[in-house]
Amino acid sequence: MAILTLREALNQAMSEEMERDPSVFLMGEEVAEYDGAYKVSKGMLAKFGPMRVVDSPISEAGFAGLGVGAAMCGLRPIIEMMTWNFAIQAFDQIINHAAKMLYMSGGQYKVPMVIRGPHGAAHMLSAQHSQCVDHMLVNCPGLKIISTIDPADAKGLMKSAIRDDNTVLFLESEMLYGRSGEVPDGEHIVPIGVGVVKRPGSDVTLVAWNKMVLLAQDVATELEKEGISVEIIDPRTLMPLDEEIIFNSVRKTNRLVVLEEGWGVASFGCHIVDRVVKECFDDLDAPPERVTNLFVPMPYNERLEHEVMPTAERTIAAIKAVLYK
Amino acid sequence: MTQKLSNQLLVAFYKEMLLGRRLEERIGQLYVQQKFSGFCHLYIGQEAVSTGCLNAIRKGQDYVITGYRDHVAPVVLGMDPGVMIAELLGKVTGCARGKGGSMHMFSEKHRFMGGHGIVGGQVPLAAGAGWKIKYNKEDLVSLCFLGDAASNQGQFHEALNMAAIWDLPCIFIIENNKYGMGTAISRTCSLSNLSDRAKAYNMRQAVVDGRNVVNTYNQMKEIVEETRKTSKPILVEIQTYRFRGHSVSDPGNYRTKEEVEKERSRDCLVLLKETMLAQKAAKEDDFEKFEEEIADKVDAAVAFAEDSPEPELDELYKHVLV
Repeated sequence: MAILTLREALNQAMSEEMERDPSVFLMGEEVAEYDGAYKVSKGMLAKFGPMRVVDSPISEAGFAGLGVGAAMCGLRPIIEMMTWNFAIQAFDQIINHAAKMLYMSGGQYKVPMVIRGPHGAAHMLSAQHSQCVDHMLVNCPGLKIISTIDPADAKGLMKSAIRDDNTVLFLESEMLYGRSGEVPDGEHIVPIGVGVVKRPGSDVTLVAWNKMVLLAQDVATELEKEGISVEIIDPRTLMPLDEEIIFNSVRKTNRLVVLEEGWGVASFGCHIVDRVVKECFDDLDAPPERVTNLFVPMPYNERLEHEVMPTAERTIAAIKAVLYK
Repeated sequence: MTQKLSNQLLVAFYKEMLLGRRLEERIGQLYVQQKFSGFCHLYIGQEAVSTGCLNAIRKGQDYVITGYRDHVAPVVLGMDPGVMIAELLGKVTGCARGKGGSMHMFSEKHRFMGGHGIVGGQVPLAAGAGWKIKYNKEDLVSLCFLGDAASNQGQFHEALNMAAIWDLPCIFIIENNKYGMGTAISRTCSLSNLSDRAKAYNMRQAVVDGRNVVNTYNQMKEIVEETRKTSKPILVEIQTYRFRGHSVSDPGNYRTKEEVEKERSRDCLVLLKETMLAQKAAKEDDFEKFEEEIADKVDAAVAFAEDSPEPELDELYKHVLV
């Protein structure tokens, strides 16, 4: 197995799929001649040429919509959003067109498209460049949503996403494109909708995804010193969600904390807690806790930014709260 | 442009436009009789546009997409009118199995990429069809209908820019019926010639009199062939008028009686009838026969739709995901 960065893993997945299937193409701002704003598409223009790795104008709604139309006609577009913050301009195309086309057409028009890019906060990018969009998109039926920063998972899930006949949204993280890990060579497929136990434990279930998995791991290592055993569940796929892996963990630990980047009001974490309370009520020994961003736009100042994001302190406090410690 | 059409073609066009007209009149009645609900935007007055444009393309091969005033285009492309009306009535025999309704007619078989309810939202999709044609090096065009007011939308401009920089074989057709809902286009657009929007994208442009189906067809034929040959997009403004309100529930009080009467005097059906009589393509009593023939078709379509079953409840969760 090779050690690859997240950006290399994504690059490998897209390149392998483009070699396999000539109907797959990549389009987005700076993906071709600039080699990608975050270099995820590095070298792909040289390999596949300008019809398959395409620099778009700065027109998010426009090229997302072009992707929808091309997908309806039989191509398989990968649309890169420089960040999901900008993709908010394309929400009409994502929500009103991509997600609903199959349904509105009574099953006639599929939209097999991947829209990918980083989301969430990076570092001192302020309010308009730090947003999590998962909670805005998960409640729209007709989409699949993947959120991961693990290089091996990213490769396997990206390959699944490109082969999927639905529109799949892929949420990455710009801070973690350079983070490396072991990635299986060649045909490595991770199915959409299957979560993973990132760390087994017995005292409390901590559900975390995307870059929050790293914080979860730090916290779990820290708490191990105090004799608290944390089980980390990374659902990897928000829609469809692997509910069973979460339920099974809660049935074992009897305690739940959800750690999510992004605002907590009507968030995806709310949905997880709702499902767990409904399905595992008798197994719970404490009310579930959630750790989220504070409910303010992201400030620029580094100290304030750090305070807005979920911290180890707040996560530890939440875990101790469900343990009554 | 003034090129004469064969008698046979004139008769075919007349019947097609008459079918559109009578279908829409019946749809208006069904709506008032509360046989169906939701929004219902009638196309009455604009029939020469769809007949002129859609007969100029290769039906079933070239791609077509439109906005929410979408009952007539799919029928001109070959959709069974009964299937269209069944969709209006929400029946499972409708083109979208009763899940699309008035604004979302679709027919993959006819390469009709749908009616779309978000003003201007369909324009980038048409660019996507153009991209697919170019990507696969096909000898096809992508035809996109939109209303005059949709040309104020950002997505329209983004799509035209992309079509222009990439030489996509797209024909963007503004059906200028002079009103975006109840607001005159002169109040919302600084241009008097909407096709001038093309200049911003170094794109070809054309203006077409959409009351005269012979002109519309001839002009569109040239435009389609040129686009097929060069893969250069074009913005076409087709001047037309909707005789009814924006939707069935709109009495259209923002327009004067005089204006509507004046516009009705240039009814595309009346103009074509005059041409046909002058060219001896048909005699006066032929038109009664056309009416009878079309009335039978409309009756059959409505009967099929009314006799069709509702979708079963298990239809609800079908087609959310593939």
